[in-house]
Amino acid sequence: MDATILLLLLQDGVVNGAIYALIALSLVLVFTVTRVILIPQGEFVAYGALTLASLEAGTLPGTVPLLLGLGGLAFLADCAEARHSLDGRTLLRLGLRDLVLPALVAAAAWILAPMKPGLLIEILVTLAIVTPMGGFLYAVAFRPLAHASVLVLLIASVGVHLALTGLGLVFFGAEGSRTPPLSEASFPAGPLLVSGQSLWMIGLTLAIIVALWLFFSRTLLGKALIATAVNRLGARLMGIAPSLAGRLSVSVAAFIGALSGVLIAPLTTVYYDTGFLIGLKGFVAAIIAGLASYPAAAAAAILVGIIESIASFEASAFKEVIVFMAIIPVLLWRSLRSAPIEDEE
Amino acid sequence: MTQPMLEAETLSVAYGRVEAVRGVSLTVAPGRLVTVLGANGAGKTTLLNALMGVLPARGRILFEGRDLTRLPIEARVAQGLSLIPERRELFATMSVEDNLKLGAFRFRHTARGKDGGGDLGEMYRLFPRLAERRRQQAGTLSGGERQMLAMARALMGRPRLLMLDEPSLGLAPLIVAEVMRMVARLRDEGVAILLVEQNARAALQIADHGYVLDGGSVVLQGDSRTLQGDARVVETYLGSLSVDEALPGRTASGR
Repeated sequence: MDATILLLLLQDGVVNGAIYALIALSLVLVFTVTRVILIPQGEFVAYGALTLASLEAGTLPGTVPLLLGLGGLAFLADCAEARHSLDGRTLLRLGLRDLVLPALVAAAAWILAPMKPGLLIEILVTLAIVTPMGGFLYAVAFRPLAHASVLVLLIASVGVHLALTGLGLVFFGAEGSRTPPLSEASFPAGPLLVSGQSLWMIGLTLAIIVALWLFFSRTLLGKALIATAVNRLGARLMGIAPSLAGRLSVSVAAFIGALSGVLIAPLTTVYYDTGFLIGLKGFVAAIIAGLASYPAAAAAAILVGIIESIASFEASAFKEVIVFMAIIPVLLWRSLRSAPIEDEE
Repeated sequence: MTQPMLEAETLSVAYGRVEAVRGVSLTVAPGRLVTVLGANGAGKTTLLNALMGVLPARGRILFEGRDLTRLPIEARVAQGLSLIPERRELFATMSVEDNLKLGAFRFRHTARGKDGGGDLGEMYRLFPRLAERRRQQAGTLSGGERQMLAMARALMGRPRLLMLDEPSLGLAPLIVAEVMRMVARLRDEGVAILLVEQNARAALQIADHGYVLDGGSVVLQGDSRTLQGDARVVETYLGSLSVDEALPGRTASGR
């Protein structure tokens, strides 16, 4: 391996690592707020990519009926949750959020899809379709278990992942899709050729990180999410409902996942089950960061991306094995360094 | 007595098969300071947690005539109830100022929540130590400052009934006196208060009415002056110290 190849591999690793960073940040956010390890994060990525691909082809994406169905289920779950204080106003609010909003998004997708309105509008429609799914899934699958242990939540999370993968197959079929790049431009930089697409990926990742930072440090809602993560009872005593915080955090995760899907769709052919492996690599990064620190998760994700690209050059048959093995020394180091702590459940 | 603000009817709380609170009935009138006394393990904290919805309870809880029994904590906060728990439950890794701002979370959709600054300034005037430490992490504060922050954070939510669980716990006597003065002052400003205390002397000094819990049941209740003179209370909870020694800088209750 000479210096040029190493540079190429590093470039590739950083670009892939940017996507893993987005996923790792979502996982840290959802875990600290809800204690759910969000395995289905990868499905949001796949749904984002596939939704964009079908809009690009001028057809109505399969995620639209899924969104309507999930909204209906979430409406029932919300009504059951609020049964002790269900009045007209609450019902109206729930109906607007769970039924009317998805219907509007579906109508927009139905009208816009055949018109092929251009990449930007298609991306916005994609984000509008996938993002609300996060909140709906939280209401249906995770909120009823809010008091369960981390293990039970993890099992529910695996269940949601399997269900979403299956639904992905039903709605999108087994064929993979690819979308055109966000930018055809490319710029020479020394021995490397930097593509516009990779600049978009790194730029949007940085933008999301800055936006998350502003959200957490400048807005009351962002602070309420941190407060829930820091002290759940304290937050409840301030009137911050865990379900509000959970719903918001999973929605943010769905948004980031869909955006990641939009970003990788031009680079690789995405199938209904592609998301899982991508999500798992983000998960490795999040674990390295102890599922707690955002900057550490982002840095670890870049590292995972670089390990992956070097591994795929040196020993491509083993590249996944090498990436996932990277977690073992970290876990060993963590378990040696930290004293055993009581489970605070 | 006027129409009660808070009314608990035959409230019972069980941890598994052990009943920690057994059929307790209690009322708090608007603008009154009511104290619940009792030894360790008498069920005082459990009672407050049940009133706030932290623990599920049997029986009935009415707040201004509305039935709260099955509502979650957040819904009770929205009605104007607030609890400062024994462990304070501050946001340790967040700044003092962020802790205070989150105290006004329930007003986030209203004009008051948007500026919020008015109340924040008021809290800094009331608790100057917090103003000095506004950028500091809440976890780095001393015990007394934490109690101040917990009180200020609760007040940011403009509660109409404030419940305090052992506010004097772990504090030096001088600070206890200051906390008690603050509680009495809140009552004078019209906030109804339910105060759980082991420091019965300090609590009875400022309270209007008192309940004595033992083994999860109310064994005695009455006007705080009557309780101060009650032989059983004196013997069990007050000991022989004179009132002025225990609570310096304060003369007999103003009410």
